[in-house]
Amino acid sequence: MKIAGIVALVAIALAPFLSTSQAVANMALLAALAVAGGQAWNIAGGFGGMMSFGHVAFFGVGAYTTAILQTRYGVNPWLTLPIAGAIAAAVGFIISWCCSRAGLQGSYFALVTLAIAEAFRILANSLDFTRGGLGISLDLNLAASNFQFSDKRVFYAVALIVALAATLVCWWITRSRFGARLIAIRENPDAARALGVDVSLTRAGALALSGAVTALTGVIYAQVFLYIDPNIAFGVWRSVDMMLVALVGGSGTIVGPIIGGLVLHLLSEGSRELIDIPGFAPALYGIVLLLIIGLLPGGFARLRHA
Amino acid sequence: MWELLFPAVLNGILLGGVYALVALGLTLIYGVLHIVNFAHGTLLMIGMFMVWLLAAKMGIDPYLALPVVTLAMGALGWALYTGLIGPVSRGEDKMLLLATLGVSILFDNGMMVAFSGDTRSIETAHSFSTVDIGPALVPVTKLVSFGFAVVVAGALWAFIALTETGRAIRAVAKEADGARLMGIRPARMYAVAFAVGTACTGAAACLLLPSFYVNPGVGNVFILIAFTIVVLGGMGSFVGAAFGALLVGVIESLGGLFLGESLGPILVPLTFIAVLLFRPNGLFGRS
Repeated sequence: MKIAGIVALVAIALAPFLSTSQAVANMALLAALAVAGGQAWNIAGGFGGMMSFGHVAFFGVGAYTTAILQTRYGVNPWLTLPIAGAIAAAVGFIISWCCSRAGLQGSYFALVTLAIAEAFRILANSLDFTRGGLGISLDLNLAASNFQFSDKRVFYAVALIVALAATLVCWWITRSRFGARLIAIRENPDAARALGVDVSLTRAGALALSGAVTALTGVIYAQVFLYIDPNIAFGVWRSVDMMLVALVGGSGTIVGPIIGGLVLHLLSEGSRELIDIPGFAPALYGIVLLLIIGLLPGGFARLRHA
Repeated sequence: MWELLFPAVLNGILLGGVYALVALGLTLIYGVLHIVNFAHGTLLMIGMFMVWLLAAKMGIDPYLALPVVTLAMGALGWALYTGLIGPVSRGEDKMLLLATLGVSILFDNGMMVAFSGDTRSIETAHSFSTVDIGPALVPVTKLVSFGFAVVVAGALWAFIALTETGRAIRAVAKEADGARLMGIRPARMYAVAFAVGTACTGAAACLLLPSFYVNPGVGNVFILIAFTIVVLGGMGSFVGAAFGALLVGVIESLGGLFLGESLGPILVPLTFIAVLLFRPNGLFGRS
């Protein structure tokens, strides 16, 4: 059963490479980014129970890091991947550390992350360093060494690797001491603390990991579209998307965000084919979320236990 | 300096009065249901569209529409809670939070489908009249809105403090199980609190629209402001929210004055983060 599932997922992941259609590759790329983002959210939000409403902050940090390093300092885009990851990890670590120290969790944590993402958006929108509301355009220079590809399938491959890495982090969490501590904190922080778990440090580590992976999706986004602005990089809706992918599929499971990303992405593409009005596809997301929490609170991944 | 500072502070206070209505509704819902209502901004947006439709299509003045829109929003809040949010979440806190998020996503985008993303505003007969108060030139609509806000907030206070239903709501907020033993049905009070909290957004919508715009995303502008006010005043505290609203209005206004149009708004999320980190029980709460 488990092996059949993995084989099926691998087949789905590899299928887009068979098609030479750029439209198919583009769809696959966006789906892989959705899965990667949801899986990244899942690291802290699912396994750590840290309901982040502001994960877009990490995405935006990644996108702006690569754009600024390239346009201002001429850094090679490949090099910006680890740098963006490291900066986002530091941001995540600090946010989580401060929140833990102040005893903020649950809804309060959600609200703080929401406010931080909004503060980042306003900063990006007003500083000259980030070119304010104009946003940053990257020069078109199609070359593998420049992390720009004419064939979207290569971008898809990169996004797939990030999604796979995020999934492996989740798998590692279910197997490691770190993961055991993290899940223990989610279930009962006081009990975990009494057993000698460093709650602040473990949570900070989880948000750092989660933030780093999210930043990588931001870098890929910037390379694919060659343009970012404050609303693209720090818009609230992207935080919600990442969260929905994890929640709909099943947060706190390894396979959940993969299912969630595929289901939501197919839903949005499919509905766009039918009715192409702005807002229609996201409105369906709202209905799906309400249905999931009403009928299937654990997400699709819990179906097999039912 | 005084010539600049006085109008900014005055404007902030006037704005804060209307913010107070939004925040009072949010803090009421938090105080009774103990949930963060993510749909609050969205519901305000729905109310603003109602006001816009009444004004632009039927020529009804927003201030005259206040009783109708307030009641309509109250009814919508009641229907939403008893028909959707309550049943879907089965009373679990995390599910309640997510249910309000689901409602917010659905309505924000549903309104986008129905009305497109265009920004709309209305012009009333008194849109452009101003009065001089000291060195400040104040739009009449803002003064009138502030006056209405004080009256509505007073009515809300009287409802909570003096009526039998208000007592029941306070009882459920303090001790749901104890209230049940006294013959109060908590589930009913949750719905009443959600309805009254939503009705507040209806009243606020009528007072905002004469000087503000509406589009399907406008709820996001207010949600963070409302949360900031609620945590400043101490979650669930009425008087705190009222003072917090005036303070946030002034903070926002001064931010615009000293930091400029684009960077100014950052003071609101920064205040929010600072309060939650350093004084999570609010400025007036016990730490």
